[in-house]
Amino acid sequence: MNDATLIRAQGVGVIRNGRHLLKNADLTLEAGKIVTLIGPNGAGKTTLVRSVLGLIKIDEGKIECAPDLRIGYMPQKLHLDASLPLNVERFLLLGGKARANLTEIQQLTGIEKLSKTPMQLLSGGETQRVLLARALLRDPQLLVLDEPVQGVDVSGQSALYALINDIRKARNCGVLLVSHDLHLVMATTDTVICLNQHVCCHGHPDTVTNDPAYLALFGAGLAETAGAKPQVALYHHHHDHQHDAHGNVIKGGVGCSDACEHDHHA
Amino acid sequence: MPDFLLNALLGGIAVALVAGPLGSFAVWRRMAYFGDTLAHSALLGITFGLLLGVNLNLAVAVGCLLLALILVAMQNNRFLATDTLLGILSHSTLALGLVCVSLFSGTRIDLLAYLFGDILSVNTGDLITIWLISLGVIAALIWLWRPLLAITVHEELAQVEGIPVNKVRTALMLLMALVIAIAMKVVGVLLITALLIIPAAASRRLTRTPEAMAIVASALGTTAVGLGLCASYFWDSPAGPSIVLAAALLFLLTLTRKQVL
Repeated sequence: MNDATLIRAQGVGVIRNGRHLLKNADLTLEAGKIVTLIGPNGAGKTTLVRSVLGLIKIDEGKIECAPDLRIGYMPQKLHLDASLPLNVERFLLLGGKARANLTEIQQLTGIEKLSKTPMQLLSGGETQRVLLARALLRDPQLLVLDEPVQGVDVSGQSALYALINDIRKARNCGVLLVSHDLHLVMATTDTVICLNQHVCCHGHPDTVTNDPAYLALFGAGLAETAGAKPQVALYHHHHDHQHDAHGNVIKGGVGCSDACEHDHHA
Repeated sequence: MPDFLLNALLGGIAVALVAGPLGSFAVWRRMAYFGDTLAHSALLGITFGLLLGVNLNLAVAVGCLLLALILVAMQNNRFLATDTLLGILSHSTLALGLVCVSLFSGTRIDLLAYLFGDILSVNTGDLITIWLISLGVIAALIWLWRPLLAITVHEELAQVEGIPVNKVRTALMLLMALVIAIAMKVVGVLLITALLIIPAAASRRLTRTPEAMAIVASALGTTAVGLGLCASYFWDSPAGPSIVLAAALLFLLTLTRKQVL
């Protein structure tokens, strides 16, 4: 591991009830780099994230961590019982002693007006920004974001992606991002990892601007919302194998883009 | 005021004070069924206490603590849904307790006193135990307040942020077991959960922060103890059930208020 490496996972496998949820997965997270995990439902994205966070025990492989690594985690969902009276400010402070300035983080994430709002009254997008703020209060070296844009409308997604990119640049923290979308990923992602029990393929996302198919599909709206640069990009899968109906790998000379269609529903 | 009534009032207040914050967690974390299960096992503790000839309060406390630990272990390996598991344990321990009591102790113990409480027979020794445990648990809750709230909001987030989630969760269950052991004297095995849940639920309508909810729940619980004992004194109604009814009445009153969030 070099100095910039925050976490290196090698050959990670997780077995539950005799089934591999994840097999031989590699993942390296570095300071200042964004890695996006994509894959169909049940592909093991969440399992890999939970392994990296140390929330579950892995059965195979190893995960090395930089010493005293501070991780800011933004979970996928927050279920708060209606009986718990908790406003946004109290929620933020539950993370323990803040290492970053509360007001600054609130302004950065655009939630300064929500301080006294009960958590249960937040919209989807507001909840995501509050969760991000709580992660940032730890002044993290690594941000782990599990589907940060779910339940957020299209312009909100662009804004959130732009914000994540700004944070990465300003703080030089590593980012691990799980995306629910198979083909559209954050434009500034450095590496995309496509997971289906194992790592199917990985690489850089293509920029979206020159892709007429993308523009025809979504119009120029996405590109405009965040200024000159689009915040979302297409990722072209380049697999060298197929999966059968059970998810087992079939090696063969099948062209990639066709081979992947069975389990990708773009 | 007669001595027995003063003792009852002091004992009831000690339990109501700790039931406020603990009951709030029971409501937030949906642990009502868990409380029932622990409470039902208390009867089994009584039987073993009588059989082994040890102090009954101690026997109940140890019994509840053991069951709480078994529940923690079983919840960690989920082969059954938690409510199914609790349903099995709750009713089988109650049934086992009832069978054991009648088989082994014959007429030596008053079953109704354990099922519905016997607050009017609280003596000075009981009072000391009740207050020591109550204050001890309150102190522990204050000490663990932030981690407890954090795991209630999101366990995995709390774990990533460095809170030892399993230890904190186990601690909460053990504290609950201790409180059940002392609350049994006041309202009995069958009504303990009511004393935890009802004041906290009533308090929710009146408060905006977790701390306020816990404190107001303690106040409402204390009021219910006072009202229940009054009813029992003047109308000769059974004390434990009267306390629970008073709490339910307070809860109904809060329903007339619009929910503040």
